[in-house]
Amino acid sequence: MLHTIIKKNSYQDSVNLMLLTNAVSVIEGVNKIQIMMGTPANKDIFKGAGLYTEELEAAAANDMCIVLDTDSEDKIDEVLKAVDDYLKNQAISKTGSEFETVRTWDRALKEMPDANLAVISVPGQSAADEAHKALDNGLNVFMFSDNVSFEDELALKQKAHDKGLLVMGPDCGTGIISSIPIAFTNVVKEGKIGIVGASGTGIQEVTTIIDRLGEGVVHALGTGGRDLSDKVGAITMMDGIRALENHSKTEVITIISKPPAKEVRDRVVQLLHSLSKPVVTIFLGEKPTQHEGNVYQAYTLEETARIAVDLARGNEIKEDYSKFDQDVTDVKLNPEQTTIKGLYSGGTLAYEAATLISDALELKKGEAASEGFVLRANGHEVADLGDDVYTQGKPHPMIDPDTRVKFMEKAAADETTAVILFDVVLGYGSHEDMAGALLPSIQKIKANLEEQGRNIYFVATVCGTEQDPQSYKEQREKLAQAGVILRDSNNEAVRTALSVLGLHVHDVTKQHVDYTEEKSQEDLSISPQIEQLINQKPVVINVGLKKFTDSVVKYGGRVVQYDWRPIAGGNERMRKILSLLK
Amino acid sequence: MKYQSIDEANRAVLDKIVGSAPFLTDVVPAKSVIKELEEKVILHAGPPIKWDDMTGPMQGSCVGATLFEGWAQTEDEAKQMLANGEVEFMPCHHVNAVGPMGGITTGNMPVFVVENRSEDNQAYCIMNEGIGKVLRFGAYSKEVIDRLHWMKDVLGPTLSKALQKTEAGLNINVMVAKAITMGDEFHQRNIAASLIFLKEVAPLIVQVDMDENDRKDVMQFLADTDQFFLNIMMATGKAVLDGARKIQEGTVVTAMCRNGKDFGIRISGMGDEWFTAPVNTPQGLFFTGYTQEDANSDIGDSAITETFGVGGFAMIAAPGVTRFVGAGGFDDALSTSNEMMEICIDQNPNFTVPTWDFNGICLGIDARKVVETGIEPVINTGIAHKEPGVGQIGAGTVRAPLACFEKAIEAYAQKLGLI
Repeated sequence: MLHTIIKKNSYQDSVNLMLLTNAVSVIEGVNKIQIMMGTPANKDIFKGAGLYTEELEAAAANDMCIVLDTDSEDKIDEVLKAVDDYLKNQAISKTGSEFETVRTWDRALKEMPDANLAVISVPGQSAADEAHKALDNGLNVFMFSDNVSFEDELALKQKAHDKGLLVMGPDCGTGIISSIPIAFTNVVKEGKIGIVGASGTGIQEVTTIIDRLGEGVVHALGTGGRDLSDKVGAITMMDGIRALENHSKTEVITIISKPPAKEVRDRVVQLLHSLSKPVVTIFLGEKPTQHEGNVYQAYTLEETARIAVDLARGNEIKEDYSKFDQDVTDVKLNPEQTTIKGLYSGGTLAYEAATLISDALELKKGEAASEGFVLRANGHEVADLGDDVYTQGKPHPMIDPDTRVKFMEKAAADETTAVILFDVVLGYGSHEDMAGALLPSIQKIKANLEEQGRNIYFVATVCGTEQDPQSYKEQREKLAQAGVILRDSNNEAVRTALSVLGLHVHDVTKQHVDYTEEKSQEDLSISPQIEQLINQKPVVINVGLKKFTDSVVKYGGRVVQYDWRPIAGGNERMRKILSLLK
Repeated sequence: MKYQSIDEANRAVLDKIVGSAPFLTDVVPAKSVIKELEEKVILHAGPPIKWDDMTGPMQGSCVGATLFEGWAQTEDEAKQMLANGEVEFMPCHHVNAVGPMGGITTGNMPVFVVENRSEDNQAYCIMNEGIGKVLRFGAYSKEVIDRLHWMKDVLGPTLSKALQKTEAGLNINVMVAKAITMGDEFHQRNIAASLIFLKEVAPLIVQVDMDENDRKDVMQFLADTDQFFLNIMMATGKAVLDGARKIQEGTVVTAMCRNGKDFGIRISGMGDEWFTAPVNTPQGLFFTGYTQEDANSDIGDSAITETFGVGGFAMIAAPGVTRFVGAGGFDDALSTSNEMMEICIDQNPNFTVPTWDFNGICLGIDARKVVETGIEPVINTGIAHKEPGVGQIGAGTVRAPLACFEKAIEAYAQKLGLI
């Protein structure tokens, strides 16, 4: 029986509500529960979940809607109390806080007149507006929000470039600015390597490997995934490269991206060759065959990190970083078990896995991908579970284990599955104990398989550092105790998975050649604002998700929390009138 | 529009608020300054309202006023007159006046005269009757009517004579600036300002030629009435904001008031027009024996204090009353004032608050900011029992409904030809 409770005018961020839904859905006797703001889009989600009721019709965008499916009416009070407790406890944690909480730009700027970075995590349709306001007030922008249009991205980046500011994102999940982790980011030691990356988990994988190899990073600037498209033209990437060229503590520059459009690529590479510092590039999916001039090219994220570390230490660069001796031997599988199921929370890690598996299988380009999968060929599957296809109305798999558990169960039920390959990404923003959250399901699956006389190899990599809020060591130990084979990098994990099936990546050695073309005369100067951004701890206005303040406060940045809400409570007519009355 | 932008127009309104010079000059019978009150007219709080729509306390006040004026001899007779339309109702705000709770004001009631010398305009408000059974909460027993007569015959004339002994009246800005450093927010707490007022008038009252028993009664009444200054503050807010709204442009809120049914606001750009929405019911602490169930809906012109920038907006100035009005303590008082700053344009340097790092009080509610953020102005208020005659049963806070502000900016956009 469905029960509907509408809490008028009590706005909560959707992430909070999803976490809240999770927290109360474990209450015994609750068959199903969904808590969302009453926007038209969310009402459709209620419909989709079979939880739509007539009462929802009247709910407005600022009303919190709770639909509870339970057989006993007594549960309603218990659930409502749990909801109230959850929401109240958030409020309590606010008191005595180390930062001001504001509701308008005016007051944010009054509280923090020297702010130079806006971290924006509001819903996409509003994110561009807020980013424009930040730029107009002279702030650099870190744009976590996604669903920002191409046109908006281009307009923002052009405006930023003209004003001497940087727009990191949109859809920028991770970044390190002056050693402060921003958004979903690992805590990485300070050091000589600087990164500009168009890929979130790509940056996380490279920075954490660098950290574990004993070197460090001061800046890892995310650009957002579309920066290197021909429409945007790598505006942020190029300004970011110039910034690192001018940052005295950075001695090695690392570039991470999917392959860019040809023209954009030429421009970026031309810029890289004009720098005074050595550069490591990885264009994911491309298999480079040589190093050229000051530009070293890597095939895997691990190789990227290793070359960067060797450059930082002044070591000679090896011809081949792919030496691998961790094959699984004595493989016990049934004859029909021939496939790998890669179930990733990190998009770039999934992409890297797909690349290496395609390489080993000698698949042609474009043969591999299909709707919802980064790779689907010969029964092998690699899914990016953080893709929009899987996250509609659900939390990201880095903060919630449910989606992945479902996919693991499905993979285990498939008789062809030989290996389940997955990642655990640590750092700020991620689940506080993802290994622990996955463990019961993995153990249950393994026990079921044993009963059936089957065996599936679980292979995983943990992307993190010892300094992360979750302990890297403990996370690995938990997985290892459950019989999961652990590897130090995604590259090694994928190769291990392949070795179970007797498959191997076709590696090449790379020689160093001189850069023969004439070096172009690039303008490598940077604006005073960007110089300030890279030489001081950022002063942050955090627009949106409050938990992004945690890492800023902890690592010595100053921050004002802007509790953003939709303009005029999402009332479109009022929003228009307000824009006319400026 | 005369101004380059709405911001510029708003700035002009704020300049008039900051530059205002309110003086308390006299206490006079209402009909001597409000000519409408020479007839059978009753002024009430809030935007216009009919007898049938009035809530209990306001109807009770009307009965009391009818008896006080001698228009009727009995309660039944009074009710009949009022229901028959023999008495005309008019908002205080329409005749340069404001009134607390029911706001019921008739010709023979004495009113404060506050003169805003920067704009050469005046505003009026009846005097505070103290606590307990009082007309403004709808009580009309003999004790209530007798007190009204004493105020008309003794208190009013005494204060008038005392004020005549000053050269130019009492400078209200000085009293307010002092009292805000002493823990008053001028809506829920006026004890410091009331004492400052007594300090100013006591030496004058002793010089008035009058009956000694009466003098003793007047002094005792002023000493006992903690909220006496509230009504002076209300007349001041009205005088200052009426002066400022001579600028007929912009989106600054120039009045907020409630009649128990509707909440009404005015904005500078829309002149005398009211924008109304149903009132909310205050939440707060109740005297023993009463609960939220007994509470009347929001009522009174006293929200003019919040419009001026004190009251709930200056909660941080009066940590002593934060618990009483339903907030949790100093941090809550701070966050209340900080939240109200989000919907205001600036801060008034005339009145700095020590507990707020000497920030000035909130200045100029911008209706646009209210709509944009959805932050509804908070109002500190007494809570009346919904039955007439019971009186005050608690105190708390209430929010101004967002819809008033939405209607106001929509109308202004229309006036400017933008929609």
